[in-house]
Amino acid sequence: MGLLAKAPEGRVAALLDAEISRPAFTWLRAPEIGSTMVRARAGATGAPFNLGEMTITRCALTLETGEVGHSYIQGRSKADAEVAALVDALMQTAMASRLRETVLEPLEAGMATMKAARAAKAAATKVDFFTMTRGED
Amino acid sequence: MYVAVKGGERAIENAHAWLAEERRGNTDIAELSIAQIREQLSLAVNRVMAEGSLYDPDLAALAIKQARGDLIEAIFLIRAYRTTLPRFGASEPVDTGIMACDRRISATFKDLPGGQVLGPTFDYTHRLLDFKLAADGEVPKAPSRDAETGTVPHVTEFLNREGLIEEAPHDDTPPPDLTREPLEMPADRALRLQALTRADEGFTLGLAYSTQRGYGRNHAFVGELRIGSVPVEMDIPELGFAVEIGEVILTECETVNQFTGSKTKPPQFTRGYGLVFGQTERKAISMALVDRALRWEELGEDNVGAPAQDAEFVLYHADNIQATGFLEHIKLPHYVDFQSELELVRKLRREAGALQVQEAAE
Repeated sequence: MGLLAKAPEGRVAALLDAEISRPAFTWLRAPEIGSTMVRARAGATGAPFNLGEMTITRCALTLETGEVGHSYIQGRSKADAEVAALVDALMQTAMASRLRETVLEPLEAGMATMKAARAAKAAATKVDFFTMTRGED
Repeated sequence: MYVAVKGGERAIENAHAWLAEERRGNTDIAELSIAQIREQLSLAVNRVMAEGSLYDPDLAALAIKQARGDLIEAIFLIRAYRTTLPRFGASEPVDTGIMACDRRISATFKDLPGGQVLGPTFDYTHRLLDFKLAADGEVPKAPSRDAETGTVPHVTEFLNREGLIEEAPHDDTPPPDLTREPLEMPADRALRLQALTRADEGFTLGLAYSTQRGYGRNHAFVGELRIGSVPVEMDIPELGFAVEIGEVILTECETVNQFTGSKTKPPQFTRGYGLVFGQTERKAISMALVDRALRWEELGEDNVGAPAQDAEFVLYHADNIQATGFLEHIKLPHYVDFQSELELVRKLRREAGALQVQEAAE
């Protein structure tokens, strides 16, 4: 669910639709946009405080075969929330390993590549201190 | 008596139409897209998210466009939108110790685990206008280097090992929320931090600067400044456990401050804390200085009467939406109020005049 929550907009739909045609489902909770209060800790480790909210979209659905899928994703895309819940439900069916290979793993790899590229740029800005020898001795 | 005045509708409608036209500007110039604002004015977007107290870069970019670049107006739009959202819950406290850092520096230790990582900073630029940006230019690719894996420890952890710095012991007291309950004094630290993280950047900067110049001096060093993304987890009631629901970019500043000790505490360094949405480092450093100044009472320091030590003054004036709302309302019609003032002054003048005539007669 974490992967689906953080996926770039439209990415999960593109991966899923390239692999299967979507099964029928009924809504348990139609997509709904709301917020979550993000908390943090004073001094990073102390008492919690409210930092501010972030937008999220959630929904829940059930497949004709009975599996229930939930999604809570960052942002305001109802389409992304729908496809995330669908994947969550399908991961409980016989299709799980196929979808892991064709949807979740490429998603994870794509996000890992993006993270690695940022980390590599940050590493290039790391200071390598060296000491100048002074000619006084 | 209350007199309703009507007749402004047409003028208001026309003013809105002209506003829309002026917002668009010269139509020979290409229109700005929300994506362009989000990607190319990202620090403005970050400020609007931080002070609007809602993390959503696309909405912040839309607000900036709608507000014609007036950031306080944009923050106002975000605050207004925020109130329309149902709240699904609160996250677990984010762990900044596992931040994927774009930038991480310490002004107190040169060689520290994880190193000094400058990130995309203005710090060492010469502040000369770059006329290349006025022409359409290709941006050279930023160099990369193999990155170390693993998390970057907080600087305060090393000082803690020697007991030289106060600890921030783990605590799970549910925090008060000023978006649900009005902000009232005395405000505990959790409430102060919530108010400060969404406070006006300029006001917070001015107060922080005043502590450096001597009004409640606490001699801060930037122990650590880090910017990067952290995952946000929330308990999902339907599932019965916490899952990641997204990721936010945060700026965190921990100051290390002089402290000579008090009756109850040995001499050790104390800490101020700043944590703000987005890449917002001026604000995060300011927040840490003001947080530290406001802690005078719990640390047993003297109140020297400095503005930054006065929680009521700081917290009741730090919110730019409250401030601008009250300030700007005085330009709206006050015809009836003013009419009564006018009557009063005329009456006082008549009485003063009558008194003078009487005194002259005596």
